Amino acid sequence: MSLGNIRQGKLRLQKWYLATSDKERKKMVRELMQVVLARKPKMCSFLEWRDLKVVYKRYASLYFCCAIEGQDNELITLELIHRYVELLDKYFGSVCELDIIFNFEKAYFILDEFLMGGDVQDTSKKSVLKAIEQADLLQEEDESPRSVLEEMGLA
Amino acid sequence: MSDIVEKTLTALPGLFLQNQPGGGPAAAKASFSSRLGSLVRGITALTSKHEEEKLIQQELSSLKATVSAPTTTLKMMKECMVRLIYCEMLGYDASFGYIHAIKLAQQGNLLEKRVGYLAVSLFLHESHELLLLLVNTVVKDLQSTNLVEVCMALTVVSQIFPREMIPAVLPLIEDKLQHSKEIIRRKAVLALYKFHLIAPNQVQHIHIKFRKALCDRDVGVMAASLHIYLRMIKENSSGYKDLTGSFVTILKQVVGGKLPVDFNYHSVPAPWLQIQLLRILGLLGKDDQRTSELMYDVLDESLRRAELNHNVTYAILFECVHTVYSIYPKSELLEKAAKCIGKFVLSPKINLKYLGLKALTYVIQQDPTLALQHQMTIIECLDHPDPIIKRETLELLYRITNAQNVTVIVQKMLEYLHQSKEEYVIVNLVGKIAELAEKYAPDNAWFIQTMNAVFSVGGDVMHPDIPNNFLRLLAEGFDDETEDQQLRLYAVQSYLTLLDMENVLYPQRFLQVMSWVLGEYSYLLDKETPAEVIAKLYRLLMNDSVSSETKTWLIAAVTKLTPQAHSSDTVERLIHEFTISLDTCMRQHAFELKHLHENVELMKSLLPVDRSCEDLAVDASLSFLDGFVAEGLSQGAAPYKPHHQRQEEKLSQEKVLNFEPYGLSFSSSGFTGRQSPAGISLGSDISGNSAETGLKETNSLKLEGIKKLWGKEGYLPKKESKTGDESGALPIPQESIMENVDQAITKKDQSQVLTQSKEEKEKQLLASSLFVGLGSESTVNLLGKADTVSHKFRRKSKVKEAKSGETTSTHNMTCSSFSSLSNVAYEDDYYLNTLHDRGDKELKTFSLNSELLDSESLTELPLVEKFSNCSLSTPSLFADNSMEIFHPPQSTAASVAKESSLASSFLEETTEYIHSNAMEICNNETISVSSYKIWKDDCLLMVWSVTNKSGLELKSANLEIFPAENFKVTEQPGCCLPVTEAESTRSFQYSVQIEKPFTEEILSGFISYHMMDTHSAQLEFSVNLSLLDFIRPLKISSEDFGKLWLSFANDVKQNVKMSESQAALPSALKTLQQKLRLHIIEIIGNEGLLACQLLPSIPCLLHCRVYADVLALWFRSSCSTLPDYLLYQCQKVMEGS
Repeated sequence: MSLGNIRQGKLRLQKWYLATSDKERKKMVRELMQVVLARKPKMCSFLEWRDLKVVYKRYASLYFCCAIEGQDNELITLELIHRYVELLDKYFGSVCELDIIFNFEKAYFILDEFLMGGDVQDTSKKSVLKAIEQADLLQEEDESPRSVLEEMGLA
Repeated sequence: MSDIVEKTLTALPGLFLQNQPGGGPAAAKASFSSRLGSLVRGITALTSKHEEEKLIQQELSSLKATVSAPTTTLKMMKECMVRLIYCEMLGYDASFGYIHAIKLAQQGNLLEKRVGYLAVSLFLHESHELLLLLVNTVVKDLQSTNLVEVCMALTVVSQIFPREMIPAVLPLIEDKLQHSKEIIRRKAVLALYKFHLIAPNQVQHIHIKFRKALCDRDVGVMAASLHIYLRMIKENSSGYKDLTGSFVTILKQVVGGKLPVDFNYHSVPAPWLQIQLLRILGLLGKDDQRTSELMYDVLDESLRRAELNHNVTYAILFECVHTVYSIYPKSELLEKAAKCIGKFVLSPKINLKYLGLKALTYVIQQDPTLALQHQMTIIECLDHPDPIIKRETLELLYRITNAQNVTVIVQKMLEYLHQSKEEYVIVNLVGKIAELAEKYAPDNAWFIQTMNAVFSVGGDVMHPDIPNNFLRLLAEGFDDETEDQQLRLYAVQSYLTLLDMENVLYPQRFLQVMSWVLGEYSYLLDKETPAEVIAKLYRLLMNDSVSSETKTWLIAAVTKLTPQAHSSDTVERLIHEFTISLDTCMRQHAFELKHLHENVELMKSLLPVDRSCEDLAVDASLSFLDGFVAEGLSQGAAPYKPHHQRQEEKLSQEKVLNFEPYGLSFSSSGFTGRQSPAGISLGSDISGNSAETGLKETNSLKLEGIKKLWGKEGYLPKKESKTGDESGALPIPQESIMENVDQAITKKDQSQVLTQSKEEKEKQLLASSLFVGLGSESTVNLLGKADTVSHKFRRKSKVKEAKSGETTSTHNMTCSSFSSLSNVAYEDDYYLNTLHDRGDKELKTFSLNSELLDSESLTELPLVEKFSNCSLSTPSLFADNSMEIFHPPQSTAASVAKESSLASSFLEETTEYIHSNAMEICNNETISVSSYKIWKDDCLLMVWSVTNKSGLELKSANLEIFPAENFKVTEQPGCCLPVTEAESTRSFQYSVQIEKPFTEEILSGFISYHMMDTHSAQLEFSVNLSLLDFIRPLKISSEDFGKLWLSFANDVKQNVKMSESQAALPSALKTLQQKLRLHIIEIIGNEGLLACQLLPSIPCLLHCRVYADVLALWFRSSCSTLPDYLLYQCQKVMEGS
């Protein structure tokens, strides 16, 4: 399963959960962009592509795509995308594309907290953001001595 | 204005660095923190791809300098890493930074580490070699007292972790299951789930801990454990039936809204959790009424609760419908589910419509009426503007195709096919069309035209089986000869018309099909002469767009037609043209044609008309070359060594230490190496020898060679004495009868290999090398011939099956009665001949027999009748079923026949095999059922004995076994019991064949019986089967071991600790021999060779080596999963004792 944001042929975020070679990744991304961008607005949000299903949804100028296997549930994947967007929205405070572009590493951290190895890890908005904020908090305390950090971790 | 400034800034990072190498850290910091921003802005401002490329290259080279500079702080490194990730995402190569990402994860403080780990997980993939460097860091972080560090380590582990390093972190992660923080427990469970996916046998021992996770007080941890359960239940649902209650309870709680509100999604309680649970229930309830009954209530509740008009409720509904249709049916639920499907199909929302179609596709086989209900919607969807909807509709139609609607559906599929450009779609659709056309074609013309469309569109992307099957179908034909001829004639005519069209390019594969058909069947034409056909083929040959592979097909067709054409200028021209071709292959063909052309009589006898299905006696040993070889050897030439052997020798020379002690023994195998059929030679016809005599010569001849040149003393005497017996054709003295029987058994094994005629040639080759060391020439002979037979009768394999079984059985008897090996060879030949004869004449008798023998063929009967009217039968259907259906009864028949000379009855015979103790598996007040296993050489025999405890008479007791995925159960003849007297015992015998390796499986079924007072009752039971029940020793020699070892691609290595009691190798191996039925071939110093086979005939080899108290196990097999399973069993045994 991979997830990416595409806008006008520009990739904003990509995550691969299956071992794929660099070359293959590039090829797949290119192909997928073409297929998804060619879709018309009223069309179905699911695509059969190669031996996979692609579930995609458009939010403003961004397309969120997620490739799943044939037996997976397409609708819940669509909601998975939506929940991710909700998480981004809550974290950045009404998220826009620029937030993702300039803070893409944050977007990755949120994704990692939400999905782990391609499977849903935590669907509760509150606890995902709590985990992220906990890690973010360390940012400010960056220079402080180690022992304090450890205490925090234990707390 | 600010834009311009930014642009210049981003263009300058390289300069910056060079200008201020010693610039204060503060300055560097400031410039670094905004670097990503400026880079991004710079790129967004650019207009052309070219400019972007230039900018990124600049950026990358500056980054490269920075990351490798010793002055770069970790903080700067973190910033660089983010930019590197960005560049990679845009598609530029930043591989120079990978190692630094690992370093950052290793050395950085928490924040830097976080970015480092992120970069690693984005840059690298599971099998990347740099990943090994990360292992230590992960281990360290897992042991950290800091929660965040542990979390990061767990996250990275679950994303990318090298399989072979799992043992290094496994105990640490296991500990985390008891961690006080739920977030850690949750991540640990998910990490273990990932391990389960990539290396299931390594986490097998912690299954009990997963149960604890399932009962965790935290919902998140419990939800995470469901991933593992879903997976494990998918693999083996029978092992987790006891958890059904728990899953149902959890689902009830979720549906009832008992979970914390946190888990709600748009006021629907934990939809992901619900879906996961529904899936699990679907798997558990499949074909299992009792388990299904437990879940009816909760499914009903789920269907009822999900009334909200929101996507997520539909997602749950969809899963619910899926589950309802997967489990043991309940009409009430099915009705509701069908209504739900209706809601989906009729929905104006396109996503729901799509899912509706998908659901219909799934349920259509169970309930075809549902398709009728929605037929109008389906037809609408067929012309839907969205191609995805169209395609799903075609998928649905494909499932409901029958002889009546096939033309329409194929028509629709072809329309779609012509519009689509994507390769995956084409390959997929073309396969389906070809399948439907073969199955249901109404007439010749339609069939050929449809296949023409398939070939011209599918062309070179389609699966190679399609043209192959098509040609085989044409060649082998059906029962009606005139029908066959008409089909062939139609094909020829249609191809000629197609070739007449100007300026049309056909795919190469299509041209190949055409040339074969034209070459074989042009003789059926009335109007066109062969010369005209040749002229057309010639035109193609001269076409530059035709590939050289196709050209060889074309020239082969021309060659076939030449003897029919009397004299043709075109042929002369062609010969002239291609004998000077630069393509060696073409030139070769042209020369062959030229020489044959000079002798028309020879050519006619060599290329007879319409004989493509005849058997060719193939001299696989290339015996006609013996004279040449002998001459060469006598002049001191080195004997031929097969390629792999040469390589092996080269390798062993290069190595300082030879780690393969048995490698040396290969050097004596020149003899066997030559016997493997390296290529098919038509020359044996010319040499005029029958294959047998040729082989005999070969044998004696080569033995001489071995003696002189490359014998290894250890093996020579044995082989010599054996062949001495054979070629001498002396009456065999008493003690060698044993050897004889041995051989008979070998042959029996072999015939089993043959009976699974689905196995490809590859496996037969393997079998031939497997038995070459054991058998005499007749063994090789049998195999060689049967090989061609099995190809010939592929479609009519049912007949062949019956016969090869019979042949073997009779053959075994003759073996023991004649007790002379030379006779054996003769008998062999005789039976094979009769086999051929019967194959041609007695088709019908045999199919009748088979119907009597086998219940499943009864279900096929209507099909057979149906299709004997129309021109095409259902080849794939037949080919798949028949061979498996037949095997067990036949092989038993064979063994019975073998034993019959000893005048022993079947039941007595069973006592000769090892068997388990009888165990009571279920009972009630009337009957008690006990069962035991008999480990026969060729199958596992399950015996259930039913004891009637009541004083009443039992009528028509019946035992039925539920179908299981991994094995096939066949009833043994002579075990039904019409009436069971009071207090007496009857037994049922079933032979069990494994179809797919597994560790443990449950075989369940029920006994139904009628009492005197006519009330009937049922009693369910289940028995555990283990992989070990299907493992048998494989007795081969060390040199065969060596050869097989090289030919197997799948291997697994693992070190196992030995307990003190088995510290020495022999005792350890003894354990394996006793517990796992492995055959010990040889023990050389601290190494041992063992072999076994998984029934019916999948060999697995094991090499053991002892260091101190560690036993290194190394498995190899032709089956990819078998080594893993065996390793698991070995570990269990070694740990257990």
